[in-house]
Amino acid sequence: MNDLLSKIWLKETNPLLLTLQDWELLLSQAGRGALLARLFQHLSDSGWMSQVPPVVAEQLAGPCVFAARHQTEVVDEVERIRRAAAQCTGTIILLKGAAYLVAGLPPSRGRVFSDIDLMVRRDEIPMVESALLGAGWISKERDSYNQRYYRQWMHEVPPLVHIIRASAIDLHHTITPPTSRFAVNADRLYEQLAPTRFDNVFTLGPADMVLHSAVHLFQEGEFGHGLRDLLDLKDLLQFFEQQKDFWPKLLVRASELGLQIPLSHALFHIERLFKVSPPRELAQQVRQLGSSASSRHIMAWLLSLALRPDHPSCDTRWTNLARWLLYMRSHALRMPVHLMVPHLVRKAWMRHFQKKPAH
Amino acid sequence: MRLSQITDKELSQRLGNKGLVVGTGPFTFRLFSEHSHVRESIHRLYAHYPVYDSDAFAQYTVRLQHGPGLRRWVRKQVRFGYEGQFPFEPLPFTHAYPQLEWAMNWCISTQAHQYLIFHAATVERDGKAVIMPAPSGSGKSTLCAALIHRGWRLMSDELALISMGDHTVVPLVRPVSLKNSSISIIQSYVPEAVMSSITLDTVKGSVAHMKVPDAHVMNMSTPSTPTWIIFPKYAAGTAPQLERVSKAQTLVELARNSFNYALHGKTGFNVLARMLEKCDCYSFEYSHLDDAIAAFDNLATPSGMVTP
Repeated sequence: MNDLLSKIWLKETNPLLLTLQDWELLLSQAGRGALLARLFQHLSDSGWMSQVPPVVAEQLAGPCVFAARHQTEVVDEVERIRRAAAQCTGTIILLKGAAYLVAGLPPSRGRVFSDIDLMVRRDEIPMVESALLGAGWISKERDSYNQRYYRQWMHEVPPLVHIIRASAIDLHHTITPPTSRFAVNADRLYEQLAPTRFDNVFTLGPADMVLHSAVHLFQEGEFGHGLRDLLDLKDLLQFFEQQKDFWPKLLVRASELGLQIPLSHALFHIERLFKVSPPRELAQQVRQLGSSASSRHIMAWLLSLALRPDHPSCDTRWTNLARWLLYMRSHALRMPVHLMVPHLVRKAWMRHFQKKPAH
Repeated sequence: MRLSQITDKELSQRLGNKGLVVGTGPFTFRLFSEHSHVRESIHRLYAHYPVYDSDAFAQYTVRLQHGPGLRRWVRKQVRFGYEGQFPFEPLPFTHAYPQLEWAMNWCISTQAHQYLIFHAATVERDGKAVIMPAPSGSGKSTLCAALIHRGWRLMSDELALISMGDHTVVPLVRPVSLKNSSISIIQSYVPEAVMSSITLDTVKGSVAHMKVPDAHVMNMSTPSTPTWIIFPKYAAGTAPQLERVSKAQTLVELARNSFNYALHGKTGFNVLARMLEKCDCYSFEYSHLDDAIAAFDNLATPSGMVTP
């Protein structure tokens, strides 16, 4: 159990002291979380890159080429999406990775991601989906239960994949499932949109972007990219806190959207891992955000296990239990028990008896 | 230390324990496998390759694992595991050794983007390299296997690595993969060639790997300058025919045979264009290996009869 990746990010370990064997483990941990190009950025930013062993520098070069190309392609896809959907909506909102990239925000540096996340108004979804279909993005979900599950209960339609270029789109109408304990009224998000260099294409405002990242991280059932998502949050907070009154606005916004609890958990871990914290005068307010102390402690324990890099070297005997409990919890947050139990039973059945990718 | 210097027992321990760390060209692999015929093939084909202690740095860790579920015991399978993922479908147990070679190629072609990578065989003489891009079935590996026993040095059989900085070919000296009838052709053309056992009924038909001459392995960190691009084609009953191909067409063909040309964007184009400025480009049809070797030798040291 040796979480080198977090230690390097926290600067708890000086990479110049690593043995070559440590480097191999570190690159392997980073590789599994799709963090190699980002590790390169981190090492460069910290002034360490010129001193890492040449064989390691060489090993990081390939992923950087890949990440650069990936980003060019995503920007091209955003322009294609904009053109395809121009007839049916005046407001396309980019979320997460694509938003960071198009807005030129720090978490986009060296970041690779598989899906382009979009949000449009719920009543525009059928039109936008069919416009995207016309441009080549088709729904890969062939299972009627899954189709219905997405459309009836979720905040997004099943993933759309381009028939030639294989780019994937997740089309949302809000940022959390409507059945969720943290359901967000999408109208509120439209109050604070930020324009981008593309016509009709926006990102969420700074506070909303941070809150989305927080709620996403703590409502996701799968933590393969947990560390990456935490790094996103850290980078966003460090960038936006340079704006005047960002922190107080963030706290106000969290209560307006009802996302105090996810924010509280997120801030706890960002501080624990990266020593990035709100200004001291807000400490009292931040404490009041949260859930009860006991639930915070249990969650902190579960998450501290589950947020470790998804790598055998970082697993403890409790890791799988923690991930499973969080998976169950993510569903409990997303929907009431009378919906959740039949759904999970059905998913377990499908996983067991049908050869279909579970989501 | 060379692999031939460690005992079979030691090799088996390394492959099972902390991994066998072996160097091939610019890459160091950490290999895990419990299959005895994988161990035998490694012993036979990698005898002169450098092996390092288990705490040395390896770029890629390749694990040959048992099949999922019951397939560990019944109709046994082999699965290539990489960083917790299984990039390929499991294969029958007997395909383990070719699977290892393909897995190693996969690691390079999907990740080593510090190079421009082509699906091509590459051989060298006097510091000058011939790059032979060709689809499977064109006989490039057969030609390559023959050339490297007749005065040419092996750079690569499957993956030509071009350095982005100085546009040289970086050797990736690995066993040469021979398929179907080329196995017996090379066995009779180069009787001294050392081969792995033949694996039947793979997706590519019958497959065997040929050991690279020791001197080429010893020389595997010496790069060479791309000088000729030749598109070889075996056509039964034809006289050898070497014809010029335009550089523009060559560029397009090379791009088509590249694993990561598009990934490099404009830089990829620039590197390829600058490399081709200094190359002569040909298509080459042949039906006898002797003719082919004579034609290649003639390119390297023109003697009176200069080909067009």
